[in-house]
Amino acid sequence: MTTNNISKDDVKRIAELAKLSLSDREITKFSGELSETISYIDILTQLNSRVENLGETYEVSGLSNVFREDEVDRSRMLSQKETLSNAKNTYQGYFMVPKIF
Amino acid sequence: MELNKLTLKEALEGLKNKEFKSAEVAADCLKSIEKLNPKLHAFLAEAPTDALNYIGSATGLLKGLPLAIKDNILTKQFITTASSNVLRDFKPQYDATVAGKLLDAGAFFVGKTNMDAWAHGSSTETSDFGPTLNPWDTGRLPGGSSGGSAAAVAADMCIAAIGTETAGSIRQPASWCGVVGFKPSYGRVSRYGIVAMASSTDSPGPITKTVWDAAYLLNIMAGFDKYDGTSVREAVPDYTAKLSDSIKGLRIGIPKEYFGGGVDGKVSQKVLEAVKQLEKLGCIIREISLLDPKYAIAVYTIIQRSEVSSNLARYDGIRFGNERSEFSEEAKRRIMLGTYTLSTGYYDAYYKKAEKVRTLIVEDFEKAFKEVDLIAGPVSPTTALPVGATTGQSMFGEMQDVLVEPSSIAGLPGISVPCGFSEGLPVGLDLMGPRLSEELVLRAAYHFEQSTCWHKERANG
Repeated sequence: MTTNNISKDDVKRIAELAKLSLSDREITKFSGELSETISYIDILTQLNSRVENLGETYEVSGLSNVFREDEVDRSRMLSQKETLSNAKNTYQGYFMVPKIF
Repeated sequence: MELNKLTLKEALEGLKNKEFKSAEVAADCLKSIEKLNPKLHAFLAEAPTDALNYIGSATGLLKGLPLAIKDNILTKQFITTASSNVLRDFKPQYDATVAGKLLDAGAFFVGKTNMDAWAHGSSTETSDFGPTLNPWDTGRLPGGSSGGSAAAVAADMCIAAIGTETAGSIRQPASWCGVVGFKPSYGRVSRYGIVAMASSTDSPGPITKTVWDAAYLLNIMAGFDKYDGTSVREAVPDYTAKLSDSIKGLRIGIPKEYFGGGVDGKVSQKVLEAVKQLEKLGCIIREISLLDPKYAIAVYTIIQRSEVSSNLARYDGIRFGNERSEFSEEAKRRIMLGTYTLSTGYYDAYYKKAEKVRTLIVEDFEKAFKEVDLIAGPVSPTTALPVGATTGQSMFGEMQDVLVEPSSIAGLPGISVPCGFSEGLPVGLDLMGPRLSEELVLRAAYHFEQSTCWHKERANG
């Protein structure tokens, strides 16, 4: 199911999912631009018959289930001070987050 | 003496013969940056001159020689911004693995280079801090997203530079700036500590004045990293050791789909002349057929934007960085498209479909590499475009990178090597190989380079 037209409501919904706040001007602009991009990528339907029996390739390195021992490497730990060093708002050693309710 | 104009090989020889010290090479680079950067804007941050005092006893493979490093690679010593206002004042608490390896090898980072914000682009025009200009013609763009690094090398503002490529971001600016740009196989060089763009294709790599220089830097950069879950374990050979080994009988495939109507006639001509040169050097040239790269544009657009929407979700302005409202339009556009293609009801039609076509592309190359050893083509359909070329083009990057997207999607190694000029602007030859065939790609590129003089041409800046 594909639709080439991304409406302003679609844009608002996507922006909500992506935690982006957009101006009305941006919503209108993106509606046009995203629709244009979606139209272009619909070209892949031309390959439907060639890919119907193919699996997906998510990863080209051929690796899977790369694990490591659950061991702490203290030489690479960041101190609390370092970890907080780029936060705009901290409180007594904590990151401050916006209210959720 | 202008030591900034040396290649890495020349600089290392000069140091060995005690003709000069690394600090002098670095000083000349800083002088060049001071002179040229106000116009070219290749660097966002530069090392302070008193840092030169600490180069003295540097040893390792790089012995204190000056490199430029792209600003999406975390470095403790410099603010790292990925050319975005969201990270405008971000001070990394650790070095990327690749940065650490270079520093351990004695590199002196002369500065952080400009890029398209978040590596979203093929022009360096979409940097939040202003574009970089092409040293060959300052009315033109250097390409991107590693445009700052490529311009810095082309204008001799450093001895060599480090870039990253997701689909074209090393090879394309190297091509537009007339320098060597090597994208290793995905997983060959660690991505740990590099601001993630499309995690399934991002590959750091060297941008240099010569192929030998690229091979030498790859020796330092490549290798398994336990902090990168996609890092391959294959041993790292000495990539400089077999550069001069014969390439006679090497079969090089020329995909007819890569020389189609969308490629500028003069660019095609230069690349085909380069192929002729390879034939003179003993290679066997074969016309092959590959999946039309236009499909790779769609695949890449979907995969990259989907992965971007996920990777940029971490920029919440809480733990680091500024608010999401500081994202530029291009970043917002990509995040939105990616959110859409991953969302319920569209995931199968877009993301899953793209990953199936990706399988087709991977298999297409595997089939081709049964008939040929390497594949050659133009890096870019055009030479450097004028400043302003990206305006109003929501898919500029993807269209520009059409010829390199397939190999990036498949995780193959590829190198851009200068192969001539069209109306005074550099043209790059793209040589691609099977996964983990870096030695072969470098060897063919080396032979080609050494049999021509293109790599000796320098921009006036």
